[in-house]
Amino acid sequence: MASNEEILAGLAEIVNEETGLAPEAVELDKSFTDDLDIDSISMMTIVVNAEEKFDVKIPDEEVKNLKTVGDAVSFIEGAQGK
Amino acid sequence: MARKVVITGLGATTPIGGDVPTLWKNALKGVSGTHTLTDEWVEKYALPVHFAAKASTPATDVLSRVEAKRMDPSTQFAVVAAREAWKDSGIEEVDHDRLAVAFATGIGGVWTLLDAWDTLREKGPRRVLPMTVPMLMPNGPAAAVSLDLGARAGAHTPVSACASGTEALHIALELIRSGKADVVMAGGAEAAIHPMPMASFAAMQALSKRNDSPETASRPYDISRDGFVMGEGAGALVLEAEEHALARGARIYGELAGTAVTADAYHITAPDPQGLGATRALKGALYDARALPEDVVHVNAHATSTPVGDKPEYTALKAALGDHLENVCVSATKSQMGHLLGASGAVESVLTALAVYHRLAPVTINLENQDPEIPLDVVTGTPRELPEGEIMALNNSFGFGGHNAVVAIRSTGPKVEMA
Repeated sequence: MASNEEILAGLAEIVNEETGLAPEAVELDKSFTDDLDIDSISMMTIVVNAEEKFDVKIPDEEVKNLKTVGDAVSFIEGAQGK
Repeated sequence: MARKVVITGLGATTPIGGDVPTLWKNALKGVSGTHTLTDEWVEKYALPVHFAAKASTPATDVLSRVEAKRMDPSTQFAVVAAREAWKDSGIEEVDHDRLAVAFATGIGGVWTLLDAWDTLREKGPRRVLPMTVPMLMPNGPAAAVSLDLGARAGAHTPVSACASGTEALHIALELIRSGKADVVMAGGAEAAIHPMPMASFAAMQALSKRNDSPETASRPYDISRDGFVMGEGAGALVLEAEEHALARGARIYGELAGTAVTADAYHITAPDPQGLGATRALKGALYDARALPEDVVHVNAHATSTPVGDKPEYTALKAALGDHLENVCVSATKSQMGHLLGASGAVESVLTALAVYHRLAPVTINLENQDPEIPLDVVTGTPRELPEGEIMALNNSFGFGGHNAVVAIRSTGPKVEMA
């Protein structure tokens, strides 16, 4: 099971791969849309890559609730091992 | 009087040069862009053909990683070539509502399509990238170029196999003549050096099998030619209404004086042995340019190096130009860069524009024993000087499906020395 820090670092890597944003810019309080300028298509790619990386399921209806990076980290943390 | 259309910008990424200056230098020198493939899939699928002419500069070396991620390789090539052509045109300000795109492909996003199919089968639907469809669609290159330039007077995609790139110029000419646009980014892109198309073309016996000597495999007009060589890349031309170009003091390579597109309606892949459709396209382009056969000094031939294809083109040239054909020098540049399919007509039009601008016809390589049934004056060894004064050159492209496209490029001179 990945720790919060490891999940954040892993997400930052995925976001960087998809958008080119520096991993340091991916902070817990940042909004995917308003701060990181990530569109819905990139968001779906990030979600799918995160599912694979952390071996979790992120249902489509859950994605709209993942407004900030912190939301995603918390969700992934909770979903691990389920 | 129809509006005159001039060529003011050129761009290309090809197996013999990742930009126009390199392409032109090599086309005059005579080099081969064909090499043995080192991709693991050649062995994995036991492909009968082990070589191709890959782009000399991968598009991913030019584009940013994030840019490239959302584009099929064919679209990546298109964007690279179009950006070079746009910069070359020197256009700084343009009415974006009067700027159009006509960008062709023969096959489209075959890498994206088949990668996604593999992903679907191996990992399930959830792993198929959301951008898959916009990346594989054949209008992908035109759409990406339109987005990149902010071209809003329509983004068109002619798809006519190996005639596609030349047909794009035909569409561009019509757009400007009819007043629907003042400037058009025209071109073609292809990235199909993938095991599936390679296997299909090989099954058709269309590809050369000279595995032991790839550099000499593409040999148009040679008696021992045995098929074409797969190439990849893109070509792009900025076409502009003459008054628009003159108003901004643009450098003009030549006039896109006439174009024609015909269909054989003869056979899905075989060319009409009498070249009737090609003849009509040649005559049509001359008529469209208000030119006579005697005006033509140079032809960049389609000449793919297939046993069945090269001869009907000669027959058509003879029928269209008559005895004057003796005075016309012909370059078969696929000998150097292979067959870029839907991009070939665009790249070869770039070369044809440069030929009339610099008054030099590029060379044909690998012609050792010219087929006696094709008695053309082929440029070999060193580039051929083209005459002074007003001259015209033609570029021919023919595609599976019986598509024939010809463009006529005129230059009134003077000769422009190379930098």
